[in-house]
Amino acid sequence: MVPSTAKHTLTPRKRRSRQSLAPWLFLAPGFAMFLVYVIIPVFQSMWVSFFEWDGLSPKIWIGLGNYVELFDDEAFYTSLKNNVIWLALYMLAVPAGLMIALFLNQTVRGIRIYKSLFFFPFVISQVVVGLIFSWFYAPDFGLFYKLIEWITGSQVAILADENLVTYGIIIAGLWPQIAYCMILYLTGLNAVAPDQIEAARLDGAKGMKMLWYVVLPQLRPATFIALVVTVIGALRSFDLVSIMTSGGPYGSSRVLSYYMYEQALSEYGYRMGYGAAIAVVLFAIMMIFISGFIWKMWRDEKGAR
Amino acid sequence: MFPRPIQSLSPTAQRAYKIALPVMLILWLLPLLGVAMTSVRPSSDLAAGNYFGWPSALAFDNYLTVFKNTALDKYLLNSFKVTIPTVIGAVGLSCLTGFALAIYKFRANHLLFFMFVAGNFVPFQILMVPVRDLTVSLGLYNSISGLALFHIAFQTGFCTLFMRNFIKGLPFDLIEVARVEGVTEWQIFRHVVMPLMRPAIAALSVLVFTFIWNDYFWAMVLTTGADTQPITAGLNSLNGQWIAAWNLVSAGSILAALPPVLMFFAMQRHFIAGLTLGAVK
Repeated sequence: MVPSTAKHTLTPRKRRSRQSLAPWLFLAPGFAMFLVYVIIPVFQSMWVSFFEWDGLSPKIWIGLGNYVELFDDEAFYTSLKNNVIWLALYMLAVPAGLMIALFLNQTVRGIRIYKSLFFFPFVISQVVVGLIFSWFYAPDFGLFYKLIEWITGSQVAILADENLVTYGIIIAGLWPQIAYCMILYLTGLNAVAPDQIEAARLDGAKGMKMLWYVVLPQLRPATFIALVVTVIGALRSFDLVSIMTSGGPYGSSRVLSYYMYEQALSEYGYRMGYGAAIAVVLFAIMMIFISGFIWKMWRDEKGAR
Repeated sequence: MFPRPIQSLSPTAQRAYKIALPVMLILWLLPLLGVAMTSVRPSSDLAAGNYFGWPSALAFDNYLTVFKNTALDKYLLNSFKVTIPTVIGAVGLSCLTGFALAIYKFRANHLLFFMFVAGNFVPFQILMVPVRDLTVSLGLYNSISGLALFHIAFQTGFCTLFMRNFIKGLPFDLIEVARVEGVTEWQIFRHVVMPLMRPAIAALSVLVFTFIWNDYFWAMVLTTGADTQPITAGLNSLNGQWIAAWNLVSAGSILAALPPVLMFFAMQRHFIAGLTLGAVK
């Protein structure tokens, strides 16, 4: 052995103790930040939801009072119903993204530029998307307004109509979300095994049958991620509601995330406890999905070793 | 390849596809094209009711007006001041955490990893009241550093997931060899793993840049006023001021969208690699 390396070589025991301490040193700064700003606040919010609190004066313990109030709060049910609508309609982004990806999965000149331009809406801030769509929906001159007038003959101010407003906002949200799903599927399609496609083709498979039985099974990882980001996106919807309608008209386009913000931190009052209770409900809904995702990832992780 | 390559179809089908591509693209980007066009539309057009037609002249001075008469420049600057430190902070921290979770076997490893993953999915509203409280008590409410600190912490969740999976894909032998040679753990990180992480760092940087630049919720919760608010929150308040001045709203929107769009085009490959992580087995 060369003497110079021998000098640095540690005894096995020393090396092992280094290797058991090292991960904690590497983890410490990042984990401390994450703990303070993300993990602990989740539990603090649950705790705050048992109090009546305006953010300044002392907290008053009211037990399940906030939740009891939620039970009778019509605005809460409106928000919850809208969240369900968001969740259901947002799912359209997954098949729509797949369709556009299939349309673009060719090798013609300039196709790369087409792919990135189709992806464009996802890069833009939702604030800008919201402004763009409110302008398109604007009564009297908006392009969509005119289009609807031309097709149906009736004048509809989508963002001022209690029954349509949520759908109008969801369409705006679908635009970037479809772009996201498309890019996931384009990447997935790139990795589809060509020999399997060829083999299936020789067996006479084509069109929908090919898509369903040969291609989609291979796209499963892309579909999983598309579903995850779409569910999260639907439940996180806040920006568009805030920009396009501020929850109106008459609170009919509120979703839980927006209603929570309105209760806890806006001109309508500083009801931190009540807001926290709404957030806990939203968190519980999200948890159903999160634990599903984590469970699947956990299983894959186990399978990998 | 699926669907069947267009080249194997009839010439008519090929021509149809080549026509359909730009037509679909224009329809898809119609909202954006409308805004781009309106951002250079003179106000006289709007007064005359010409909202979606061809602009009667190119009024690039809409952009000047936006800069001169509003605090848009301040908002834009604030956005950079929040976004750049967040990118550096979150990517830096997650290089460390990702390395720890990918390389070392210890009992809490999986638990910690899934904590980062789960935390990254929670709704923002469950963090809102405590984070705002914490920021106020640190004396950082309505400050750029207060907003950036939260972003760094939150983005560390996603970045750790990304980095850890990336490092897992590196050849572990390299590290074994270095250990046998007596290289310290820090040197392994610094000189063996870090140089291989460049593509991951690039991908994460563009992604985090876009996420933070486009953040609106936390800007509304943790800042107020033109001295600290980033462009997203700024646009919202300007929109209130510019009632029906759609040409100015459009110019402001284009300016707000430009930095992430440029970033995307400059680093497209990395951006998509980052976003589609895990979409392929």
